[in-house]
Amino acid sequence: MLELRNITKRFGNVLANDKVNIVVKPGTIHAIVGENGAGKSTAMRIAYGFYKADEGEILVDGHVHDIETPHDAIALGIGMVHQHFMLVDTMTVAENIVLGAEPGSGIALDLVQASFEIRRLSEEFKLAVNPGSVIERLSVGQQQRVELMKALYRHARLLILDEPTAVLTPQEVEEFFSILRRMREQGKTVVIITHKLTEVLAISDEVTVMRDGRVVGRLQTKETNATELARLMVGREVLLRVEKTPAKTGSAELSVRNLSVTVRGGAKPVKDVSLEVRKGEILGIAGVEGNGQTELMEALAGLLSPSQLSGEIRIEDRDITQEGARLRRELGIAHIPEDRHRRGLLLEFDLAENSILGVHYRHPIVAYAGTFLDNGAIRRRAKEILEGFDVRPANPDLPARALSGGNQQKLIIGREFKVDPKLLLVVQPTRGVDIGAIEFIHRKLVGLRDSGCAVLLVSAELEEVMSLSDRLLIIHEGRIVGEVDPKVATIEEIGLLMTRGH
Amino acid sequence: MILLRELLFPLIAVVAAFIVGGILILVIGDNPLQAYGLLFGSALSWPVGIGYTLFYATPLIFTGLAVLVAFRCGLLNIGAEGQLYIGAFATAWVGITLANLSPWLLIPLCFIAAILGGGVWGAIPGVLKARFGSHEVINTIMLNFIAVALLSYFTQYHYKTPGDPIMQTVPIGEGAHIARLGRFIPGLPEFIPLNLAFVLALICCGLVYLFLWRTKWGYELRATGTNPSAAEYGGISVRKQIIVAMTISGALAGMVGINEVLGYRYRYYDGFSDNYGFTGIAVALLGRNHPVGVIISALLFAILQRGGIPVDAFTEHVTKDIVQVLQGTIILFVAAEAFFRGPFAKFGLLNRSKV
Repeated sequence: MLELRNITKRFGNVLANDKVNIVVKPGTIHAIVGENGAGKSTAMRIAYGFYKADEGEILVDGHVHDIETPHDAIALGIGMVHQHFMLVDTMTVAENIVLGAEPGSGIALDLVQASFEIRRLSEEFKLAVNPGSVIERLSVGQQQRVELMKALYRHARLLILDEPTAVLTPQEVEEFFSILRRMREQGKTVVIITHKLTEVLAISDEVTVMRDGRVVGRLQTKETNATELARLMVGREVLLRVEKTPAKTGSAELSVRNLSVTVRGGAKPVKDVSLEVRKGEILGIAGVEGNGQTELMEALAGLLSPSQLSGEIRIEDRDITQEGARLRRELGIAHIPEDRHRRGLLLEFDLAENSILGVHYRHPIVAYAGTFLDNGAIRRRAKEILEGFDVRPANPDLPARALSGGNQQKLIIGREFKVDPKLLLVVQPTRGVDIGAIEFIHRKLVGLRDSGCAVLLVSAELEEVMSLSDRLLIIHEGRIVGEVDPKVATIEEIGLLMTRGH
Repeated sequence: MILLRELLFPLIAVVAAFIVGGILILVIGDNPLQAYGLLFGSALSWPVGIGYTLFYATPLIFTGLAVLVAFRCGLLNIGAEGQLYIGAFATAWVGITLANLSPWLLIPLCFIAAILGGGVWGAIPGVLKARFGSHEVINTIMLNFIAVALLSYFTQYHYKTPGDPIMQTVPIGEGAHIARLGRFIPGLPEFIPLNLAFVLALICCGLVYLFLWRTKWGYELRATGTNPSAAEYGGISVRKQIIVAMTISGALAGMVGINEVLGYRYRYYDGFSDNYGFTGIAVALLGRNHPVGVIISALLFAILQRGGIPVDAFTEHVTKDIVQVLQGTIILFVAAEAFFRGPFAKFGLLNRSKV
């Protein structure tokens, strides 16, 4: 169906694709995996006419074609859904789908005709897309199906999907995969770009693995496994299971009694939560996103106004319910926030300045009359964090904005570990982070636990919370609905608690 | 490299503005080179031109710094105009009321009055924003009107020499006068009102730099300005920073009163400000919200102001309004640059291209 032959592409000095050969057979689901920056998206954007290759050729159905623009690709039956949707929020599904391929002649726009076609396609592939809905009212999963529909409407026979599951909840992923399988049954070909190995194994027929701009493996999915794929992607052995010894727990570091959070408008995202995190253990909280995890963690970190809270938060014997973020930090609470851009980083500030956020007013950062910042101390601290946590590039003068997501996360984690916390609040520690770095972060978290720190972990990646946690709570609609032993509980059992609450 | 990048866009804006102005002068029917020659020649002539240029630059440095400090905290202080009036009146009031005090006591008291007056007037919108979330742009504009009206009233009914047709207070005590620079610099005549306030303005630039980039308070203020959520996460009280920033901003604007009252007119003169507060916004913007940039752009605006007079007098058709055209065009180009580089709030480095 699609073949890339010896594709080479440079951006300035960076070799993004180096003699890349990819063969996608018709009627298959083909996964392209690799870490961020491995060149997966670049290769596929070349196939879609977004970029022009410096060398090499593209074959569609066995013939060489010059694909200069996405229009050429569409004419050849190639469609692409990008990681960031390209939809007009205020227009309807039908209007978005016909945008750029408006039916009808001249001025009149034949939306009725288009709507019929959209309904027909929607039924054929069970997309459940209503042509009359306005985009901004749709969930992310539904918007993604609109994007799929856009490609199908233009008679795409080959769909390229760039990290399609990054924005979906676990339930939506399942649904999305069954749509892809139906497409395959109907004779479509699908290319899915991803770095999540479980998904590759679950959905694809064939896999191409890329690393540093080169293809390093072509495999039949049936004949491979996660360990082999991870090794190819990273270039060395990777531990996918978290290795840890049984927890040696001490007394309770954090105790929460009947905590409720009320937000503006009267809604209560957190209802009557009680929990205890002991020294030396990782307590996990599993739940579908938006079930109060965010608010719970912000409440514990001191980022909500005390007037929004009821109940009691204690750190060891001290009641800190009324205290602000600064005092809580001084008592040994560190926080790796959910949204690293909004909460965790000063994007315009350089890495050195970011590495002192939260301790910027204290010895040894502040020297000279308790007022002036000690540049030497700041740079030493930054250096220790950048080197200790493998932040690349390790240049303290770069603005935080210039780092990739994974390196930004490592910077935040390094900064929070550096304060030797007694209690660490962690939310989604590995979201958008490469496999190699995930392994690194997991090891660091377990290491911190072993040194006696209490860790409270929230993650939407069920496998992550299950493998890291010593105990696991399940949150549903703001309530703790159960506690399971992650060593014996099954995904199904936890999944049911997460979605139904019982 | 970074310095070059920072200088590039303001420079382009200024050059482009001069080109537009030049075309305009041509259309009006004069020689642009001659007009610009007059403008720079007179503004930079020693001693009178330079003396006046530096004198005009003084209030603009203060107000530019005022806008800069607020801006670094993510606030737009449009109220420097009102703050500088209050500062000026406060310093005049001390100079009049305590006229007989020794200069060693009176001058510091007058300084404090200017700083406190402006600071309080700046703190009001800061407190309103921190407590109630009301927008500082609206409140500072409103406080400008209140300040102007209030001070006209006090001047007219309480502090004027009876029968004086001019809207000005009685003079301040001689002990409150600060020295003109002509006293220290040979060749600079003392009739030029350039005074010690100019030196104070330069010192303030250094202090503002130290404060913002070398102290923990400056770190907290700037952190709040670039990302209040992250600042809060780092244990910084955003509300406190807003009040602190607006107070400092107002205090800097209030120091214009030192130049005006203690160094120049020796009394409070109603409506003395030639839009210094508003020009300060342009000065800070062109100066890329950096103290050194503020000095440079304040000097440029002062050159335009001083140089406009001979352009008016010695050309056929061009009037000194050309100065306003140039100022406006510079601001337009600077604003256009901000537009090209993304939202108003992002006055950082050039966006790095991502590969």
